[in-house]
Amino acid sequence: MVIKIFKNFIKRMFSSIFKNNKQIKLGFYGPPNAGKSTLANRICKDFTGEELGSVSNVPHETRHVQFKEKVEIEFKGKKLVFKMVDTPGIATKIDYEEFLKYKIKKKDAKKRAKEATQGVIESIKWLDDMDVVVVVLDSTENPYNQVNITIIGNLVARKIPILIVANKIDKKKSNIKKIEAAFSEYDAIGISAKQGENLEEFYESIFKLSKKVK
Amino acid sequence: MIKKKRGRNLGKIKGFAIQFLPYSEIRNLDDNQRIRRILGIVLGNNILILQGKLEPEEETRLIEDTMAMIGHVRNFKGIELAVISGNKKEGFLRKMKMGLANALSGGDLGAITIIGPATIVKEMKRNPKRIELLLNR
Repeated sequence: MVIKIFKNFIKRMFSSIFKNNKQIKLGFYGPPNAGKSTLANRICKDFTGEELGSVSNVPHETRHVQFKEKVEIEFKGKKLVFKMVDTPGIATKIDYEEFLKYKIKKKDAKKRAKEATQGVIESIKWLDDMDVVVVVLDSTENPYNQVNITIIGNLVARKIPILIVANKIDKKKSNIKKIEAAFSEYDAIGISAKQGENLEEFYESIFKLSKKVK
Repeated sequence: MIKKKRGRNLGKIKGFAIQFLPYSEIRNLDDNQRIRRILGIVLGNNILILQGKLEPEEETRLIEDTMAMIGHVRNFKGIELAVISGNKKEGFLRKMKMGLANALSGGDLGAITIIGPATIVKEMKRNPKRIELLLNR
């Protein structure tokens, strides 16, 4: 009897330690150039002092899934540990000639295009591993892009909690209302990852969403 | 419109055809067969108008297969894809009727999916009620 009680006590203690140390896998998904890496970098920089990956104006800068383990985010006295997963932008077409406009050499543009196609496949494969996903959309662009709808549809099908982020609110052309109207069933918040605008609301939403993780 | 010879090599684009595919043509196919059928049509320089829509997982599968083909099929740069569905703000009874009809038919027949090769379709501009196709010259 005593041994049984002792065993249960040890089991409970270990499971509670394990639960507290559990990382929430937070994925950043969206079309290319929406600001996924900029946002992931800002969070990582704010809480670990290190960035996650490089950012660029040239689309498909992130061509491999990049992640950072054990990023402890503290917000209003509460702490949560995340595995930050920054994914390559999902697209339905990739043309190396598009990269030539950014003064990239033909050989490098072709290499970039090839890596970008593999990156899209990689992003899709990682969908199954996510606990929570931030769908980063460029608020200056038309949100009714089929890629956005496909990503969100897949997350819903997998029952993964979603937060929609309307990024680039610092730009004149930004239109958060259009994103809210397009995805009215989901929480959407406007931020500027580059300027660090409205990140408080972002963290609040992430903490709220993390409660839904099973 | 000039219908181009079908094949895995798109060659120089001179024209295209528009092909309509009723949902009944893919209803009994499995995921692999559906994607293969769709990509077969698109690779033949056709803009496909599909009655109904694919499941989200099928759409990602379509994107994955498309990405795998870029660089392996000559002149293939990917696809443009858009889906337009019925009005979400419809009344309860209408929704129920549609749901029943969809359940019986095995797919969302109130939706239309348009898929075209990126070499022909430059952009699909979409809003909730309209899809505009901008073609490459």
